[in-house]
Amino acid sequence: MKRLFVKGNEAVAMGAIEAGCRYYFGYPITPQSDIPEYIAREIPKVGGVFIQAESEIASINMLLGASASGARAMTSSSSPGISLKQEGISYMSGSELPGLIVNICRSGPGLGGIDASQADYFQSVKGGGHGGYRIIVLAPDSVQEMYDLTMLAFDLSDRYRVPALLLADAVIGQVKEALVPHPYVAPADLPSKEWAVAGKQGRSDQRIVKSLYLGDGELEAHNWRLHAKYEELKKHEVRFEAYQTEDADFVVTAFGSAARIAKSAVMMAREAGLKVGLLRPVTLFPFPEQALSELADRGIPMLCVELNTGQMVDDVRLAVKCRVDVAFYGRAPGAGSLPTPEEIFKQIQKNMAAKL
Amino acid sequence: MIQDFFMAGFGGQGVLLAGNLLAYTAIEAGLNASFFPAYGVEKRGGAANCTVVLSDGDIGSPVIGHPSTVLLFNPLAAEKYYPQVKVGGFCLANSSLIKDLSIRSDIETVMIPATDMAIEAGDARLINMVMLGALLGRNQIVSLDAVKSGLAGILPERNHRFLPMNNKAIDAGFAFTNR
Repeated sequence: MKRLFVKGNEAVAMGAIEAGCRYYFGYPITPQSDIPEYIAREIPKVGGVFIQAESEIASINMLLGASASGARAMTSSSSPGISLKQEGISYMSGSELPGLIVNICRSGPGLGGIDASQADYFQSVKGGGHGGYRIIVLAPDSVQEMYDLTMLAFDLSDRYRVPALLLADAVIGQVKEALVPHPYVAPADLPSKEWAVAGKQGRSDQRIVKSLYLGDGELEAHNWRLHAKYEELKKHEVRFEAYQTEDADFVVTAFGSAARIAKSAVMMAREAGLKVGLLRPVTLFPFPEQALSELADRGIPMLCVELNTGQMVDDVRLAVKCRVDVAFYGRAPGAGSLPTPEEIFKQIQKNMAAKL
Repeated sequence: MIQDFFMAGFGGQGVLLAGNLLAYTAIEAGLNASFFPAYGVEKRGGAANCTVVLSDGDIGSPVIGHPSTVLLFNPLAAEKYYPQVKVGGFCLANSSLIKDLSIRSDIETVMIPATDMAIEAGDARLINMVMLGALLGRNQIVSLDAVKSGLAGILPERNHRFLPMNNKAIDAGFAFTNR
């Protein structure tokens, strides 16, 4: 198939429409506005609906409604807008509703700036709203993955009835690269939405989508049922990329745009004769604990690189259970704060020198 | 093979279009490419820059700390990025606007009166095509013809009437460095 030259944000929009998403609700914010721009233009051509809502809060609740009716639907925003959506995401989680939320992160806290950031990691993977839930979090590192993981996010979300978040940032959203679009093929075993409230259609049973459970023990049982799904996700849906880790003495771990920059640093290290690899989580929830634990079994020290002051590093350290040292190098997001491959290479050298 | 390019100037000089065109042409030619733009919130006059990485294999970082080929369109860009050019690298600087550059001895610097040449080709805004042509005169990672047809590929049909003057500007830049 022909290779196209497109922006990361456009690839999300293309992947969503190809995957059968026919409802988009959103509100503009930099650096993600290419997504609604593309969808507003293209989704009507396939009979879909684009709504620019009055606010982020309205759009997440429209997503909740569309999803409750059984439709494949999405919203997108950037960090401050995603904060506003947390209440709705909590309600979707409690109501076991699928749906795609895209966060093309910008820097914060507060209004922050429009630069790339990975400081929404905690908010994304630990359950950003109230009530103790998890959502599926996918972290693409290329334009191609923006397309592929958007499709995957819909499938995983439908399969587990857990909302899915695509977590990227201004770098992966704005970068243009080659994209090979491919037709969406729905997994044959994707369960049909027998819970959707789309009219009785002659059935006698009543379907209710809700997150309110008042009877003795009801809510506790509901929470354990949700917990069991999160455990299933951990068991079956972990995805990661292991780059040159087989013979590595030292491993860098990073996700998304930071992983791309770190990959160049790993290439530099290899050219300098250092046996360095990269472990890149593709799913941030579920987190590739096992893969990291296996590296720790081999006694491999690590360096975690993030565009924040240290978030994923906590999960890396939990996964390796203090068996190996995990160093951290991060740059707090903001204008001019993107680390360079050269900078990360120096960190690799420094940490390896301290070990060997 | 992996090569990186960095271009910087102010909004309205077409810095991003030049980078976009280089990356697009490379993709059409079967290479891998990344084009990463960075610009201010202003529509015109703000700082604009982009990084292009071309490779026949994997591309790691779309962001480069010390780029090996650098195109500087204005004095502000020169001040900020000339010191960042990788040792042994190549820099093309627009001498129509950049007047007092203290030339580094550890890189190769070519001064080109790109704004004047653009005006001569028909419009000051053709500076991006002059600079890109001059780059191709030194580095044919993609061919002159491929870039010209690439331009026709990325420009909307309604702007195709501007192709001849753009091609003229590309040729002028090319001739300047490919002597």
